[in-house]
Amino acid sequence: MELSHPLIESLLAAAAFLAPWEFSPTLVLLCAGALVFHWRGLRHVGTAERASPGRRVAFITGLLLIYFVMQTRFDYLSQHMFFIHRLQHLALHHLGPFLIALSQPLAVLATGMPARMRSGLVQRFWRLPATRFGYRLLQNAVVAPVLFVGLIWFWLTSRIHFYAMLSEPLYWVMNWSMLLDGLLFWILMLDPRTRREGALLGFGIRILLVLAAIVPQIVIGARIALADRDLYDVYDVCGRVWEIEPLVDEHLGGLITWIPAAMMHAVAAVILIARWARSDRNETAIASGASSPYAGGA
Amino acid sequence: MLQFFRLIGAVIFAGGVLSACSGEHAWRTHDISRLVPDLEFKLSDDRGRTVGAQDYRGKVALMFFAYTHCADVCPMTLAQLAQTLREIDSGRDDARVLVVTVDPRRDTTAVMHSYVQGFGPQFVGLRGNAGALDALTRRYRVTYSLGKPDADGNYEVTHSNAVFVFDREGHARLLFSSSDTPAAIAEDLRRLISETDKDG
Repeated sequence: MELSHPLIESLLAAAAFLAPWEFSPTLVLLCAGALVFHWRGLRHVGTAERASPGRRVAFITGLLLIYFVMQTRFDYLSQHMFFIHRLQHLALHHLGPFLIALSQPLAVLATGMPARMRSGLVQRFWRLPATRFGYRLLQNAVVAPVLFVGLIWFWLTSRIHFYAMLSEPLYWVMNWSMLLDGLLFWILMLDPRTRREGALLGFGIRILLVLAAIVPQIVIGARIALADRDLYDVYDVCGRVWEIEPLVDEHLGGLITWIPAAMMHAVAAVILIARWARSDRNETAIASGASSPYAGGA
Repeated sequence: MLQFFRLIGAVIFAGGVLSACSGEHAWRTHDISRLVPDLEFKLSDDRGRTVGAQDYRGKVALMFFAYTHCADVCPMTLAQLAQTLREIDSGRDDARVLVVTVDPRRDTTAVMHSYVQGFGPQFVGLRGNAGALDALTRRYRVTYSLGKPDADGNYEVTHSNAVFVFDREGHARLLFSSSDTPAAIAEDLRRLISETDKDG
């Protein structure tokens, strides 16, 4: 078969697209480690507690999505087109962490970890007073949503955005901060447990927060989507990948910041309302002595 | 680990940027010190010699990506730089404008030579193969893309409009964009040339 076959050419093009633009060993190791631990964890836990296929799919999709937007040519496009950059942050701050949080992977991941790593590293780290203090500090009803919205606002400040796109270290700080904050926020919000079962916040307050966080995001997104001047000239300064009017690029980016983000918060609220209702039913059932899914083994 | 330390450094720097906004010594154009890597490249100049950053040490270097078929942005930017340099650097020979072509196919050494000659003695045309050019644009996080050729085979190139300014030691210092006024550019350039004059 000759090398110029169209199929081979498109395969080569796909391979080139999937190769990392700016290689991050940290991210590759984290993603690979999470996949391996998740797979091992699922094999170890009993069939009764095993995650439903939906949860498994959510975990792997979220992880692959984060990997895709950070470690392929998609990252190159994100650096040079504003609306692709907004898609990247939608994946890093909303969709990816949302799916991962939805899959409740922490117990499975801990099970799948080598025992020495679990007890020697993760548990020791987790038991450090500083870790617990920091976690409590970030994961509460005031700081978590302010940080979540504040980071979006911060990195979209024209001047900050300019330097973040120009400097490689600053660019990585931006993307990692979005990813880590996304994970923290959605793990806090989508916790399946009630307050009594150990969740940091009750369902009611979480529904309120998730809905309240829509408003500032609409303001930020709409200001960009309806702007009549180029707020982010760094894409002109550094060059765009496709010829597109700067304002069109900006308006698309604004719409992405505005609509899908707000929709995800609405979806989160619906999920939380359903979980709240289910936990209420369970508690009533337990209280009235009727058989419940959790009463069987007792 | 190295990456981690670089992140910490960047966070500290971000704080610096914010506090510098209110500083009295703020530059009027974009200050890119410590954010953008030092000048480094390996290309051939418009006389066909292989050159690198070390050949321009001791001069304030202004790097600009352009192509000779460019109708508006490139000639305007270069003419404006030529005008500014005539005002502040005449006879001193303290600055070099490195014009890197993003269209090496059409911009041969000879084409580049006659193009940069038109702007003044401080202007140098640089070209390289696709690999060398891509390494350079990647280093400075800029990009370019070739447009579709029309019936006559002419095409446009979308590219960065930034002028990266390096001091005499080759450290990145300033960035001029099309939003900077000629007055701001002249003031900052004069300041940079005289500042490094004293230091060196």
